[in-house]
Parts: sequence; C-alpha cells; structure tokens
Amino acid sequence: MTAVNTTGAGAFLARHEGLRARLPGAGLPWVVAMREAAAAAFRAQGFPTRRVEAWRYTDLAAVNGTVFGEALTGVDDALALPATGNSRAVFVDGRFRADLSTLDGLGYTVESLAVALPSLEGRLGAVARPAEQALAALNGMLFEDGLVVTVPAGVAGGVLELLSFATLSDRAPAYHPRHLVRLAEGASLTLIETAAGPAAARYLHNPVFEIEVAARARFNHGRLQQEGLDAFFLSTVYAAVAEGGTYDNFTLNAGARLARNEIHVALAGPKAECHMNGVQLVADGQHADTTTALDHAAPDCASRQTYKTVLAGRSRGVFQGKILVRKVAQKTDGYQMNQALLLSPDAEIDSKPQLEIYADDVKCSHGATVGELDADNLFFLRSRGIPLEQAKAILVEAFLTEAVEAVADEAIRAALSGAVSGWWQRQGVAGGIEVA
Amino acid sequence: MLKIENLHATVDGKQILKGLTLEIAPGEIHAIMGPNGSGKSTLSYVLAGREGYEVTEGSVTYKGQDLLAMEPEERAVAGVFLAFQAPVELPGVGNANFLRTALNAVRRAKGESEVDAIQFLKLARARMKVLNMPDDMLKRPVNVGFSGGEKKRNEMLQMAMLSPTLALLDETDSGLDIDALKMVADTVNSLRGPTFSALVITHYQRLLNHIVPDHVHVLSAGRIIRSGGPELAQELEATGYAASVAAA
Repeated sequence: MTAVNTTGAGAFLARHEGLRARLPGAGLPWVVAMREAAAAAFRAQGFPTRRVEAWRYTDLAAVNGTVFGEALTGVDDALALPATGNSRAVFVDGRFRADLSTLDGLGYTVESLAVALPSLEGRLGAVARPAEQALAALNGMLFEDGLVVTVPAGVAGGVLELLSFATLSDRAPAYHPRHLVRLAEGASLTLIETAAGPAAARYLHNPVFEIEVAARARFNHGRLQQEGLDAFFLSTVYAAVAEGGTYDNFTLNAGARLARNEIHVALAGPKAECHMNGVQLVADGQHADTTTALDHAAPDCASRQTYKTVLAGRSRGVFQGKILVRKVAQKTDGYQMNQALLLSPDAEIDSKPQLEIYADDVKCSHGATVGELDADNLFFLRSRGIPLEQAKAILVEAFLTEAVEAVADEAIRAALSGAVSGWWQRQGVAGGIEVA
Repeated sequence: MLKIENLHATVDGKQILKGLTLEIAPGEIHAIMGPNGSGKSTLSYVLAGREGYEVTEGSVTYKGQDLLAMEPEERAVAGVFLAFQAPVELPGVGNANFLRTALNAVRRAKGESEVDAIQFLKLARARMKVLNMPDDMLKRPVNVGFSGGEKKRNEMLQMAMLSPTLALLDETDSGLDIDALKMVADTVNSLRGPTFSALVITHYQRLLNHIVPDHVHVLSAGRIIRSGGPELAQELEATGYAASVAAA
C-alpha cells in the first residue's frame, strides 16, 4: 500500500501518472518519451531544497507544501482586455485562448503548442535542460499548452504581446506552459509578456521558454511579472543565440509571493550578443529571485547585465549571476552589475555574482552594491516642497533608471514604466516624478 | 515673519548654537556673517529642518507658526527656501521633472492649480533666460555634471520658480566668480518686495555689495554678538572678525 501524496513532488508525479494517457501528445511516441525522461529527472531531483547550491537563497518549502489542483477547463471568463493595437496571444490559466487573441495578418506564425505539437519533433526540448533544472523537468512532465512563435528568415515581426492571466479559483491550480520562439536568420521580433492574476489567487505558474535566435536575428524579450500576491511564479528561460544574433531580455519581477526568474543564455556563435536587464520590486511578504547563467561559448561575443532590486517591508531579494567563458570564447566582453536598494530595515538581499573564465583574452567585470536612500538627497527634495513619500518614489525611480534605459525597445520601456508606477500605487504612494 | 528666540542646537551631541536670537520682518534682508565654525550653516539647516540637528532650547516662529514642528516639505510649501552651499547631484532625476514636481507641490499647498508640462516649460524658459542658463540644463539630470557656477544658477532657478517668502542663502557665494555672484544677487534683488525676506549667510562681504542688506549680524560661537546696518559688513571686511569677537 503506498501513501497518496497530496503535496510536493510526489503529488505532481502522481498527477503525471494519472494523466499520462490524456496529456497532449499522448499518441506521439517522441512526446511520451520526452515526458517520461522529464518525469524521471523530476523524480530524481524533486523540488530543490536550499542544500542545492542554485537554490541556496530561495526556499521552495511553501510550494512543496501546497496542495495544487488542475486548472478548470472551459471556464468562460469575461475578461475585458484593453486594446493596445498590438497583436497578442492570450492564455488563461495556462491555456491558449484563440477567442481572446488577436493574431491576424502576421508575417510569421503563432500557434498553440497543444495544436502544433505533432509538428514540433526535434524542436520541442531542443534547448531546455530538464536533467539540470528541476522546474524545467516538472514543466516537461506536465506541460499542456504554450505559445509557438516562428519568424521566417529576414522578417521583421514587430511587436507581439503574450498575456497570461490567472483566474480566481479555490483549486490552487498549477500550470506549466512551454513556449517556443524561433527566429530564423536575420529575423526580428519584440515579445512583451505580461503575467498577472488576482491578488487573492493562489496558483503556480511554471513557464519554460525555449528560444532560438539564428544568425543575425534579434529577439527583444520584455517580461512583466505582476502575478497575484499569493501566487508562485517559477520561470525558466533558455535561449541559444547564433552568430551575430542578439537576445535582449528585460524582466520586471514585481508580483507573486515567491518569484524565481531564471535565465540561461548560450552565446553559441561568434559576435552574438546578449543583454539582460531587470528590475525587481519586492514589497512586504514577497520573495523575488533572479538567477542568470550566461554561457560564452564562442569568440567575440558581448554580454551586458544590469539588475536593480528595490526592497520594502519584510521582503527578500536574490540575485545570482554566473558568467561562464569557455576556452574557445576569446575576446569575450562581459559585464554584470547588480544593485539593491533597501527601503526597510527588515528587507534582505542576497547577491552572488560568479565568474568562471577559461579563455585568456577576455574583458569581464562584475559589480554589486547594496544601499539605502541617501538622506541628503531626500532632504534636498523635501526642502523643495516634495512630500516624503513622493521624494522616496523619485529617488527609487532614479535608482531604476539605468536598468530601464538599457532597454533598447521603446514598447517594452513604455510597458515597464507603467508597471513601475502601478507598483508604487500598490505601495500606497501616489506616484513619483511627474512625467513631462 | 521669522522670530528666532534663544535658539540652542546640537549636532552629533555637540552644542553649536548657544542662544541665538533674531527677528526678520517682512520685506527685510538680513545678512549673517561670521568666522568658520560659528554656526552659520547649522542655523540654515535648523531652519530648513534637516535631520540630525537637534534643537535643545529656544523657539522659531514663522508667520506665527512653530517652524520647528514642521516637516521640511511643510516649511518649503509655507515659503521657506534653502539655497544650498553644496547642492546634491541626482542621477536619473531630470531637472525639468524635478522642478515641475516641486513647483506643483508648492502650488497645491497654496491652493493654486498645477501647471502642466507645457505651461511649466514656458515659465522655466523665461526664468532661465534671465539667469542666462542654456535650455539643455532642464533636460539634464539634477546638477549632474554641472560646474559649481551652474549648480548655483540651478539653485537660483529653483528659488525664482518657487517664489519663497523666506530665502535662506547658505554661503551661496562660496566658490563663485564675479558673474555668478552677480547672478545670485540679481535673482535675490528681483524677488525683493514687501512679502520677500531673506537671510543671507556669508563669509565675505563681497556678496553684500550686490545684495544690500537691511541688517547685518555677526555670529560667533553660536550667538549673535553684534548687529548693525550695511556699514557693519564693510567694517568687518576692513578689520576682520577678531576685533568684534574680542569686544563681545
């Protein structure tokens, strides 16, 4: 007699056992094999504990102890989405909603993964590494849907939005979307991803991105994580960039009670570039983790990372950034900066930069700072009549400026500044500086 | 207007002001002169409400209100303006946005309507022309990369825009060349009127050639030891502080 697991890794493994025959791709041997391999990897790893080096500062005990259910299907949500004029793909509780999406007249292909699955052999799983990342294994075992974006050679794809909403449910749903983005040679695309949910909803959003940027292609990836404040957001991004290609990632990590934004980028061809910038806004009761791993695997590549974390109340932030420069990656130009601003004595930041360099002709630097708001600067603003809370907001926005200005794409920058002021409003501050 | 009585203040537990009494009537300009360490800057910071300056005795009344009970921003919207000796630099904060935010905070407090970006630019450009400031100083971050003179010009721009009723100039003349000095004086003189008072804190007499004060006070060891008319400044310039200090 075996005990029935209601929580933890066992519960998810049991769900896979039970759903095996009904999960998308159940009739495709290669999908089944991939799921079984992912299940084995997840069984071996479980939810990582803090004894695992990559999870030293982020405790998944709350995830491990939650009873999760399946997302309900066919819920007719009256979601009123403001029009932005951009093309967009909408997911509700992890499932693609064609009825809410606007995907007409694109010069490239956007599909639901559940639908496109038969055509994805060799592409699905090409960049993810479930054997190394337990959450990617969990995703690989249970994914049901996702977005598949394919931009043909030379096509400028413009701006696409990916909106992911959670609905209020007492089932604490867990969903594991798998998103695939492939840009062929010389193609370009800006994807602005928003993940959001009701404040009181508890759910687990565990997306995995597999991104392939071919030679001289450019992918701008903006991510606004504004999940509900009782949600778990555990996200893993894998990107492989070929010769002369660019992967530009900007992430706002502002929602969820526990958020992990993990990014693995491989610069696989010469002269590839990667920019990773991010802002973490962490309020009372929240835990936000950004973990980056940059693999310089070819010569003449450049990488830039700027991460800023603002912490209020009793909150915790984590930044871990590893830069690996392989022996072949001569003339690598790598830079990483992470800075934290503590607005409360109860806030805490853990920062772990890590350089691993095997090539001998490289330029690689990193820096980290932790500080509080400068008393002289605050007094200066107040002495001009600006109320204390607004003065603080102005200085926090100034602190974030560097990371925000590093964002090359204007659409992403605009979405971001809206999200930042939204965060301030949630903190009860009427907003920072007036925009001229 | 401003009434300082028997003011005692400490910084880091050290007694700096030791019974300072001073009254400024509406429309008056007072100069405070004194040697280094006499408490000149402490006085301006206490009046503006900077943290770390503890008043241990005495009172300050401004327009009938207890100034010392007010937050720095409350003092500012009530009309107190401190021109800093060493203005801070604020990377990431645009000068125009900062100034408009401050102006609107002051206007709100006065019950006036807020100005939008276009109205603001019009007002600011007019002031800047008078101050001989290039337009691009509005676009740059507050004081970042500004020369000493540019920072003081920016202080004067803020003062002119916020139109205070009590300006505290904390050694605004230090390190300025004659052109910048005249610009500071011109700005103060342009605001002069029945509802504008100023406390000009300076180490040297030369600023007072351009801003002619109604009263001059000598501050020494935390107290005013002598007061007089504008001629006192000239006397001090000729004889130095030592004679006054010895006589006190």
